[in-house]
Amino acid sequence: MTQTIINPTPKDYKSEVKPTWCPGCGDFGVLNATFRGLAELKLPTDQTVVVSGIGCSSRFPHFMKTFGFHSVHGRALPVAQGLKMARPDLNVITVGGDGDFFSIGAGHLVHAALRNIDITVVVMDNEIYGLTKGQTSPTSPQGHVTKSTPYGLLASQFNPIATALSLNVSFVARGYSAKPKELAALIQQGVQHKGFSFIHALSPCPTFYHTFDAWDAAVTPIEAEHDTHDKAKAIALALETERQYTGIFFKEERTTMDQAAHQQVQQSRPFDIEQYMKRYA
Amino acid sequence: MENEVTIRIGGESGEGTISGGDILALASARWGYHVYTFRTFPAEILGGPCMFQVRISDHPVKSMGDYADVLICLNKEAYDRNIGELRHGGVLIYDPSDFTPDQSDCITYAVPFNEIARKEVQLFQTKNMVMLGAICGLFGPPLEAIIQVVQSKLSRSRKANATLMEKNLLALDVAKKYVTEKITKSDPYLLGPVEKADRVVLNGNQAIVAGALAAQCRYFSGYPITPASDIMEGMAKELPQVGGTFLQAEDEIAALASVLGASYGGMRAMTATSGPGFSLMTELIGLSSMAELPVVIVDAQRAGPSTGMPTKMEQSDLSFALYAGHGDTPRIVIAPSSVANCYDLIIQAFEMAERYQMPVLFLTDQSLTARVESVDRHIFKTPELHERLQYNTNGSSSNGHHGSYAHEQMLVGAGTGAHDYARYANTTTGISPMSTPGTGSPAYVATGLEHDEAGHPDYEPEDHIAMMEKRFRKLATAAEEMPQPERYGDADATIGVIGWGSTEGTIQEAVDRARAQGYKVAALHPKVLSPLPDKAIQEFINSVDKVIVPENNYSGQLANLLGAKYGLKAIRVNKFGGIPFTASEILRAIEEVR
Repeated sequence: MTQTIINPTPKDYKSEVKPTWCPGCGDFGVLNATFRGLAELKLPTDQTVVVSGIGCSSRFPHFMKTFGFHSVHGRALPVAQGLKMARPDLNVITVGGDGDFFSIGAGHLVHAALRNIDITVVVMDNEIYGLTKGQTSPTSPQGHVTKSTPYGLLASQFNPIATALSLNVSFVARGYSAKPKELAALIQQGVQHKGFSFIHALSPCPTFYHTFDAWDAAVTPIEAEHDTHDKAKAIALALETERQYTGIFFKEERTTMDQAAHQQVQQSRPFDIEQYMKRYA
Repeated sequence: MENEVTIRIGGESGEGTISGGDILALASARWGYHVYTFRTFPAEILGGPCMFQVRISDHPVKSMGDYADVLICLNKEAYDRNIGELRHGGVLIYDPSDFTPDQSDCITYAVPFNEIARKEVQLFQTKNMVMLGAICGLFGPPLEAIIQVVQSKLSRSRKANATLMEKNLLALDVAKKYVTEKITKSDPYLLGPVEKADRVVLNGNQAIVAGALAAQCRYFSGYPITPASDIMEGMAKELPQVGGTFLQAEDEIAALASVLGASYGGMRAMTATSGPGFSLMTELIGLSSMAELPVVIVDAQRAGPSTGMPTKMEQSDLSFALYAGHGDTPRIVIAPSSVANCYDLIIQAFEMAERYQMPVLFLTDQSLTARVESVDRHIFKTPELHERLQYNTNGSSSNGHHGSYAHEQMLVGAGTGAHDYARYANTTTGISPMSTPGTGSPAYVATGLEHDEAGHPDYEPEDHIAMMEKRFRKLATAAEEMPQPERYGDADATIGVIGWGSTEGTIQEAVDRARAQGYKVAALHPKVLSPLPDKAIQEFINSVDKVIVPENNYSGQLANLLGAKYGLKAIRVNKFGGIPFTASEILRAIEEVR
């Protein structure tokens, strides 16, 4: 029988599976922040599903005591949305990296934003492909030299926050793995937010692209007076790329598709095949 | 011929050719006849040549008919395109203001469709009603049967109004009178009164929707694609009414991914697509097989490769369905052969997906999606369903679903032993008890990585071997548990015909006709193509001298499979122009066996 823990601690979310991440990986900070955020919310592990794609960060569900779905590269968002549409009673959290969400699965982000299904996405962005050992990512800076861009990256850099804001995502925030307390608070608020919440978690890769120092210097908390309903201001902050603002850029309450769909279902009746076939008689 | 006629209507899309044909089919079926339709769609959205053929008979109809007995041409192009399909001595009906036919070996009736619609009814859109009125006058369906259908169709239409109804009735009446008074009937085709029967009239896609709903499918996600979109539209309309949810996905990858998410959440879930969309889904078919998540995927085959011919039929996705995906990926492949089969086998597809926890690919084709058949109503019963093997919190497993899906008072569950639960327990059947989130049963991680019994990533050679064998063991279990296909025809046949998918009725009709000519012939039509019913197929092959394998594809995909598995050197009969077989084509192949 599953046991009920009334006042869970972050440890209660930690599975016995040892993370495969390199020592010093930013993802440890995000994992700990997630434990902490979920503990604050007292989320029942058996009513919570963590969905991921493929990449270093997508191993995440294995390290948690919640239900998990470690899917294929880029498809965490549609898996999570299908789960939430079918089972709106569950807490659904989607995790993964910049490759998953901004490259192979970027198309899904657009539609997740439009639908505003009540799931939370935590993107662990290290600006590099780690699992495949150091190729360029959409969030790598222009000119960046990697194994796949030996002469420097020719494409420009993807701006996750500005993109999320332009897509009308209903909760947009950024945190930093080196500040797990603040990140935990953002995850907590993201999960609480009714709708699609997008948390951009800066999570450096010490092995293939060491950005700790740069981000330590660039990370700047959004000032407390920021009006989280002011989208123009939020976009302005997002476009200030020499700084990495952290905190909540924007949030708004909108109808969620899962809620709306299940309101339709309120009037439903059990299916009766004999009744149904009358239309073809 | 008494009480049987095959009528083909050729016209321009948008002038009521198809809707007129639909009305004729439905009215004939309600009157008590068996019907079987075949239609082609133009590539154009508006306009373009289209054709509707309905075979109407007082005995069960198994195929679309070799030729049209009656051809109605609503314009010259329809005549040019379809005259070759009119039987020698058949009836050609045309409007002399459109063209003058040059054909001499048929009976011709000139009916001024255009003039009657324009001048007498004074509404050109009633041209298809004029045509139906003429059919009633010439071949027997009572006008009342047509009127009933027109009335019920119009009552559901946005464009309906009293004048329109009146004009439609007038058109029917005037045309019937015209042919009765002006045309001397010299053909043998006449439908007389028959006993009413309890049948329903629907197409393959509609039967799939009905079956999926009856099978308790409560989540659907798809992306529009011809010829599968009707399934999506049907599910979009019906699911909310029965407590299910629907999501139009951004692409087919997302469609299947979200269906897998729903299945993980314990729902019976499906998607429906055609070749191009199916191609996009292949990576997720592997995930479904590896993570052992039940899912039903309908592939309404159309002529390929690539975009191919979206509105034309082909049976050319069999090899793809059998092998789609990288790695060794067990899956179940089912191919229905009729509208009735679309209903009962889609239910079977859900049952097998849930029982064996793997993807079930359901192969229809364009001709079956649009084929309207009259079907005995009694087959549409509430099916007996079995839940997926559930993991119970006391460690036992059962086929019952006990979770209430409510938050209740559980704050944090699965405190101890999380991930210790052997989600992928290596059982003798290969089937492992599943846990569903939010039901009080223990947590686990579904993963596409190779894993141990607990679902933890595991690359050890012995574990990969054990899990691979476990996954494939489910196919062996399925092969044992599934019903075997039944032989049709002579027990002492020397000629065998093995087919798959939508050709079954046509093959059976050919077998009937060959037997009537004195041939010793039998047919076998497996509905489950993975796992194959080895015993039944081998026995069948051994029992005959020669085996014909007719397929609507270029390469002979079933023949290739039977050759590889059983060493069969089949006589291949391949038709791949986008049009189904006629019974006479298969009969000819039987006659040609040496």
